[in-house]
Amino acid sequence: MSNQSSVEIQTEWDIVAARQLGRNVAKELGFGTVDQARITTAISELARNIYLYAGQGKIEIQRLTENGINGILIIAADNGPGIPDVRKVMEDGFSTSGGLGAGLPGVKRLMDDFKIETTLGEGTDIRATKWLR
Amino acid sequence: MNKQMVRYIQENMTEIITNWQEKMRNEKGERSFEVMPAELLDQTSKEFAELMTSNLLESHEAYESRLNDFSEKVVRYGWSITFVTKAINHFGEIVFNGMERDEVINQENLRAFAEEFNKWITPIRDTTIDTYSKIWERTVSLQKIALQELSASLIPVFDKVSVMPLVGTIDTERARLIMENLLEGVVKHRAEVVLLDITGVPVVDTMVAHHIIQAADAVRLVGAKCMLVGIRPEIAQTIVTLGINLNEFTTTSTLQRGVEQALAWTNRKIVEVDEE
Repeated sequence: MSNQSSVEIQTEWDIVAARQLGRNVAKELGFGTVDQARITTAISELARNIYLYAGQGKIEIQRLTENGINGILIIAADNGPGIPDVRKVMEDGFSTSGGLGAGLPGVKRLMDDFKIETTLGEGTDIRATKWLR
Repeated sequence: MNKQMVRYIQENMTEIITNWQEKMRNEKGERSFEVMPAELLDQTSKEFAELMTSNLLESHEAYESRLNDFSEKVVRYGWSITFVTKAINHFGEIVFNGMERDEVINQENLRAFAEEFNKWITPIRDTTIDTYSKIWERTVSLQKIALQELSASLIPVFDKVSVMPLVGTIDTERARLIMENLLEGVVKHRAEVVLLDITGVPVVDTMVAHHIIQAADAVRLVGAKCMLVGIRPEIAQTIVTLGINLNEFTTTSTLQRGVEQALAWTNRKIVEVDEE
């Protein structure tokens, strides 16, 4: 279980699995409780987006080391419909599903680096990193 | 042919089991064997071997019940299904190779024996997988029921004050239950203040927050006040970072302070009594 670094998202319970995986890796890397909560919440948002909008996809958790600093990378990839207007979804309060619209901008604030690549009709690939300070 | 197989297995039981254990130990990525005490392992191996021969020897019913017992045991030991199917295949292989070595099987009857082996192994594998998945399905559905039972209940703690402790992950299904129980309970207990305790909720993301806000709005519609209690420091920080607006809520860090606040709203307070 511990060496598994990705979770397929197909049902709502897979979101919990992805979150658990992220929390374990974050804990092993030595993140504090606040950062652990940030990382798991970010994973939760990304995984839920996959579940809600793409139907299925994958959450991958990677350990990073750069210039002697450790970090955690979350990759959320799906082959869903893509996002028509990226700038709009990064605005607070924008939602197509009647939610709070704080998901993606929230994830960006929770993490240190945030990259989003999306192509209409092909899918979305989001990479978010948190560095251990 | 069947009888020859049975005789061979019975005569060489110890050797077969030893070989089989050896082979199973060498399986990569399986620690089921290592963590088992030797005594238990020997007993289980023997049971397994008996099971393997029982469908050659015994009536179909006896074999079925034995298989059920064994599958249930295997699930309890935590053997994976791949491990069990490997175990079955290896057992067949060892018997086949052994019989070939002892020249019970030779060039002429090879084909017939291969077919006979197939008839022997395939049903065992099928029923094992079937039983195995049935047991798992049952476990999962039982756990689902258990989870639902501890989902969300509204507890009246004082006159007009009720508490709903939330424990565990909140998914869409549970959010619906929370809403239902909350509204039903508020009306039933004539609550004026409801405290939602999220101490036991591991992650509060936008969806969970959204459900909580909706529940609180609904509570307001039936004429009660909703308070969010048990917000841990790290949860408070993530809520702020996410940019979730809980300004319309009264929130406190602990249930205790929430109860004090609720009593204050209903013009009461807890006082210490001097014993005389």
